[in-house]
Formats: sequence, C-alpha cells, structure tokens
Amino acid sequence: MKAIVTVIGKDTVGIIAEVCSLLAARGVNVLDISQTVLQEYFTMIMLVDVSGCTCPFVDLAEELKQHGTGRGLSIRIQREDIFNAMHRI
Amino acid sequence: MINNREIMQTIEMIDQQHLDVRTITMGISLRDCASEDIKRSCGKVYDKICRLAGKLVRTGEEIEAEFGIPIVNKRISVTPIAMVGESCTSRSFVPFAMALDKAAREVGVNFLGGFSALVHKGFTSGDERLIESIPEALAQTELVCSSVNVGTTRAGINMDAVRKMGIVIKDTAELTKDRAGFGCAKLVVFCNAVEDNPFMAGAFHGVGEPECVINVGVSGPGVVSHALRSAKGASFDEVAELIKKTAFRITRMGQLVAQEASQRLGVPFGVVDLSLAPTPAIGDSVADILELMGLESVGAAGTTAALALLNDAVKKGGVMASSHVGGLSGAFIPVSEDAGMIRAAKSGKLTIEKLEAMTCVCSVGLDMIAVPGDTPADTLSGIIADEAAIGMVNNKTTAVRLIPAPGKTVGDVVDFGGLLGSAPVMPVNRCSQAEFVARGGRIPAPLHSLRN
Repeated sequence: MKAIVTVIGKDTVGIIAEVCSLLAARGVNVLDISQTVLQEYFTMIMLVDVSGCTCPFVDLAEELKQHGTGRGLSIRIQREDIFNAMHRI
Repeated sequence: MINNREIMQTIEMIDQQHLDVRTITMGISLRDCASEDIKRSCGKVYDKICRLAGKLVRTGEEIEAEFGIPIVNKRISVTPIAMVGESCTSRSFVPFAMALDKAAREVGVNFLGGFSALVHKGFTSGDERLIESIPEALAQTELVCSSVNVGTTRAGINMDAVRKMGIVIKDTAELTKDRAGFGCAKLVVFCNAVEDNPFMAGAFHGVGEPECVINVGVSGPGVVSHALRSAKGASFDEVAELIKKTAFRITRMGQLVAQEASQRLGVPFGVVDLSLAPTPAIGDSVADILELMGLESVGAAGTTAALALLNDAVKKGGVMASSHVGGLSGAFIPVSEDAGMIRAAKSGKLTIEKLEAMTCVCSVGLDMIAVPGDTPADTLSGIIADEAAIGMVNNKTTAVRLIPAPGKTVGDVVDFGGLLGSAPVMPVNRCSQAEFVARGGRIPAPLHSLRN
C-alpha cells in the first residue's frame, strides 16, 4: 500500500534525515521525494510504500504527527487513494 | 502519479477550508424488534444496535487517521419507532427513546435518529402514541432525534398532523426550557421525507432499506467559497462550472470513505448525500458562498437565484463522483449553524419569509430557526403547512425545525453550542391562522402527483 508523507513548516537542518530515519525504523520504504523551500517555508512530499510497515498505520501517523509538533512542523501521512480519488477520474 | 500541486491542494482543503466528511451514518432495521411487551422490545432494540454498530466509531476513526480526512460525526438511523412499537400495549413510547439513548451512548455515536412516524395520509395507533411521546422523549434523552413526515407529493398534507406538530413543538420547548428549548433542535417536521438521509435531526432508516446500510454525508461550503474567491466578476456559466468541479472532488472523497467504511464493517454501501452542510466555524458558511456571488448580504434580492444555482451545480458536480447518490443532496441553510446566516438574521437583513422562498430551491427547509417563545402553536402549524405545501407542489423534501425559545423574544440569542450553534430569535408574522389550522383533514395531493 502506498501513502503520501507531507512535511510543512519552517526550514531547519536535518528535517529530511530525521523523517527518513523514523520511517526506516518502522520498515517504510521511501519511493520518491520532492522538496521546495519558499521564503524559509519548507515543503516536502514523499511517496512511500507502507506494506512492510512494522506498526499499525494509525500509530505511524500519530508518531509522525508528534515528531513534527515538537519541531514546529506539520507532518502527516495519508493513504495515496484519497489524492487519486479527488484528482483523477 | 499525483503531482505536488494536487497533493497540496487537498491538504489545504482539509487544513484551511474545513473540508470534512460530515457524517458516516449506519442505518439499522429494527423491524425484528417488535413485541407486545415494551420492555422486551426495548431490550431487543438495545441489543441489536450495540451488536451492529459496536465497531462503527472505531472504524470511522481508523479511516480518519489513514486518509487524513476528518470524519466529524458517526451516527445511527433506525426504523421509525412508531412501526417498531406498533404492537406494544404500552401507551407511552418514551421507554424506546431511553433504550435508543442508552444504545447510542454505549456505541459512542453523537446522534441517533428514528424516533419517527410517517403520517402523511393518517395515523396508526403506534403513530399517535409516538407523537404524543415526543416532548417527553426529547426532554429525557440527549442523543435521540425525532422526525414526523406530515405530507408527500403523492398523498397530500395531513393537516391533523400539522396541527398536532405545532403543539408538540411548543410542548417540547416547554419541557426543555431550562436549555432554551433545546429539545426542538432534535425535532424535524418533514414533507417528502427521504428514507436514506444520513443527516440529523431528520435521519431514519426507511422501510425500503436493507437490514443494515452505510450512508455518508459530505460537506465543504468552505472549499466552494474558497474556489469562488478566485472568480470575482466571472459570469454565472463560469461560477457554475467552478462549483461543479469542486463538488466533484468533495464527493469523490465521500465516496471513497463510504466504500472503505462499508467494506471494513461488512455492511452494504447505501448512498452518498451530496450536501453542503455549514458549521458555525468562520469560513464554513453557505451564506458566504451566496455573498461571494455578489450579494451584500444573504437575504438581499437575488439570494434565491444564487442558492438555486449553487444547489444545482453541487448536484451536477457530485452525481458523477458517486455510484449512488441519495439522501437530501443539496445545500443546507440552517440559520443557527451558519455564521453568515446568523450575521444576516441578527441585523434583520434575512427574514423568515426570505428563508421560506429560499427553501423552494435548496435541499431542505426552515432549519434551526429560533422564534419568540410566545409564538402560538397555531402559528407554528401555519409555518409547517406552508413549508409542506412548497415540498408537496415542487416534488421536493422540505422540513421545519423551529425553536420557540421559552421566555425569549426578538433580539435575544439562543445558544445551543457545538455544531448546533447559536440562533438569533427572528420575528414571525403575528396574524392569526387559528381557524385555518383548526379545520383539520387533508390537503389533497396536487394534480401532478398522478404520474402513472
């Protein structure tokens, strides 16, 4: 199952590394990454494969959210289906 | 592959434009719960709801977390209790409401609808007992919603029921006067009620429905108003196209959630209700959309036309996005639940008469409107009759949810809290219709009801 991770917030050193190691620790494989920084505002979008995830999806989502909250970042993971449903016929 | 712009657009809709799934409603048939003994019947009702809906809330929360889309309410609708209780020997049906309330609390839903009767052509003994029990049932329970269907296009309007419901509304307000007549916020009087409506307070599980079903109500006035902000000065053709595209996206999301819920709960998917349901939150208002079309305030001349375009475009956009569309499907105009409507009503720019005109072209009726506490029952019945007539003649659902707030008068504000919001008390025409209401009988169905 594929999912989209989005990280939005103020740019700081090591955001990508931290999020990637958190995902790796849970067995989530990163398939694609894109990121932009606009006026110090950081936006990263990752396509990930969660079929090998070692914890329930809900727990992973909560862990990412908590990780972001402490750093002033909004981090979320959503199943890819929602974006396909809304933007593709 | 989805591009980044599309991903960010969805996230903005959820984060900043209040996009949500308003409700996942599980419809449950209680037709097998009848008994002569009301205690036994109530026991069956409680057990069945807890058995079928036990996982509803948890499943909703899981879907919410996985898709990252808020699902605001998880609710239940049941077979109209007048039918379930028909064979009971008991005079009062209040014990049914208590059993429903207890079951709703047990499974953790935020409302349960179906303390209802369908009396458009006349009353059975169960219907009469249910209607008499409504005020006490709503006063003694928190989560139970009640509705009564008093007319249809095919049957005409049961004016005896219209008269009764004026009195029932007054009695309900009186019994819940310590909470400004809160009981009336859970009571809807319908014409052409639909059997698969997932929205409260008017949801019930109709007789043509299966044993158990999942219906989903989407929302998203904020998303539509955000889209319209970029279309200042555009022609109505362009405005309609923009609303259609937005409604399509919102509905696709609802369809996905509905399918997922249906699959996980092992319950068939019924319909997606394509409604724009406002909340009191700033930026989540249907009134805002109408004003963005170029009206100084909702209530101005032009409001009805603007609402007609909105209602139609929402349906056209949504219908292709879902395999089964049903329920009320259209724009809701509840006064207390919409910041823009509240603003216009407070300043006197929006009147009950204009709202009545608006109900000719939207999906519901006079919804969540507070009127002075001393409004006579006959006047409430007159308002119900007018709305029912609009529904009957135009082949559409109309509803009345009025709160004659005890001890309050024009200029006061009644606060219900949460999604129900706060309602400024609106003036009503004080001329009498006592003789009109006292006539009773039935208003015959219109000529165009004869379609066979």
